[in-house]
Amino acid sequence: MQPDISVKHLNKVYGGGFQALKDVNLEIYPGEIFALLGPNGAGKTTLISIICGIVNKTDGEIRAAGHNIVTDYRSAREAIGLVPQELHTDAFERVWDAVSFSRGLFGKPPKPSHIEKVLKDLSLWDKRNNRIMSLSGGMKRRVMIAKALSHEPRILFLDEPTAGVDVELRRDMWEMVRKLRENGTTIILTTHYIEEAEEMADRIGVIREGEIILVEEKNQLMSKLGKKELRLQLQNPLDKVPGELTLEPVELSEDGYELIYTFDAQEQQAGVARLLRTLGELDIEYRDLQTRESSLEEIFVGLVHE
Amino acid sequence: MNLYGVRAIYKFEMARMRRTIMQSVLAPVITTSLYFVVFGSAIGSRMGAIENISYGAYIIPGLVMLSLLMQSISNASFGIYMPKFSGTIYEVLSAPVSYAEIVLGYVGAAATKSVILGVIILITARFFVDYHVLHPFWMLSFLVLTAVTFSLFGFIIGIWADGFEKLQIVPMMVVTPLVFLGGTFYSIDMLPQVWQTISLFNPVVYLISGFRWAFYGVSDVHVGISVGMTVVFLAACMATVWWIFKTGYRLRS
Repeated sequence: MQPDISVKHLNKVYGGGFQALKDVNLEIYPGEIFALLGPNGAGKTTLISIICGIVNKTDGEIRAAGHNIVTDYRSAREAIGLVPQELHTDAFERVWDAVSFSRGLFGKPPKPSHIEKVLKDLSLWDKRNNRIMSLSGGMKRRVMIAKALSHEPRILFLDEPTAGVDVELRRDMWEMVRKLRENGTTIILTTHYIEEAEEMADRIGVIREGEIILVEEKNQLMSKLGKKELRLQLQNPLDKVPGELTLEPVELSEDGYELIYTFDAQEQQAGVARLLRTLGELDIEYRDLQTRESSLEEIFVGLVHE
Repeated sequence: MNLYGVRAIYKFEMARMRRTIMQSVLAPVITTSLYFVVFGSAIGSRMGAIENISYGAYIIPGLVMLSLLMQSISNASFGIYMPKFSGTIYEVLSAPVSYAEIVLGYVGAAATKSVILGVIILITARFFVDYHVLHPFWMLSFLVLTAVTFSLFGFIIGIWADGFEKLQIVPMMVVTPLVFLGGTFYSIDMLPQVWQTISLFNPVVYLISGFRWAFYGVSDVHVGISVGMTVVFLAACMATVWWIFKTGYRLRS
């Protein structure tokens, strides 16, 4: 399948000599939701800005919807919608006019029925005649999404789409993103909310100091890099981990009432059975046990701090 | 060509004029009317004719040119500076519009506003001073050519400026003195020889001279030179805009 976004050997060095991107290679396929994660200053926004034509690349080749973003920039950009991180809006414009402006700018003839649909989908229809400056932050964020969707792009970039929005709006946006994907739109989002990526993404890329350090299916990533933890609450406290258990990565809590066994989520759970059997043999009784899997956030923190 | 894109920018800019009609149209019309009242009617009636043209009528081309230049620069510089300032420039930079189309949208709108304003001022002048236009075609041509040229110049200033103060510096500190010293209120023939020579380095002299020729058939320099100088300035502005987009100067990092 031809990727919707193809980035090959992309480098970006800013005027001052700072290298923001280092030999970035990335492919994003039609209809997927791709989450790009990385700490502040990792290069996420630079990467998106280059693909969208806002920042010049130093070298490398980028294609969007099969079109080179430099030599065939019109076709490439027609296919892309961008919701930037900052709330950049023209305060004095009315919602309807602002969204219609975006459609025209991207070379599409007027289509009021589409603008109406977008505004209704984003709960902006009642606000269509309001000036943007009179809207709340969350509503302005919706306007920016409406502008990005006004020209019916097949690729949508969402740069920190839910930064600073309330929980309800965040859930609404997730719902909207899912609907877009169902209609075949490819979605690339950057986010600080790992929960967001965990909730929505099909694949995840992690960028650190300008380098893509990992691209993986979300589920595979969770199982490959995720850890599981078994906590056993003991009937009676222990002074130290019994010698028979030292083969397993087992720790004892400070008060001696809890044994903590950590293992790879991918592994067969033979270790758990072995641990429980050994405890039985040693007559160590436990009141309760709990298991938990590490979240994407813990995986992400582990990756970027390696 | 992305005609819808050009139209979107053009319409957006024209809508901005409608929103700020007091500042865009009314303020310059009132200011220029005051010039007509003071210099045209009050003082002008006590001054002798210049080249057989009453003083009030003589200063009309220069005053129209003053407003045209200031408004062309102001409209175009503000038009491109505001998206830079507010951050909405991201949308124009990421849209499938070429550099030429961006310029056409912004500069076209700024020039249109200036021409409309110029015509309004000419109509207003009629209430204060009696004047005639000997070469209407050339008058309109000068009006459009100057509006386009100085809108391009304003576009360059808007991209160069990184603060509101810089937007004002060039119109106030450079263009206004050049217009006042460029023969708006007098013929440069009235100056001592040395100042006549110095005045020829002022590009506005050629604009006002050519424009006045279109009205009354009299000029400080030959009309061909006026047209030539305006076209040279237009070409210089176009070359600068081309360089800005080629390098991404203050637009794309």
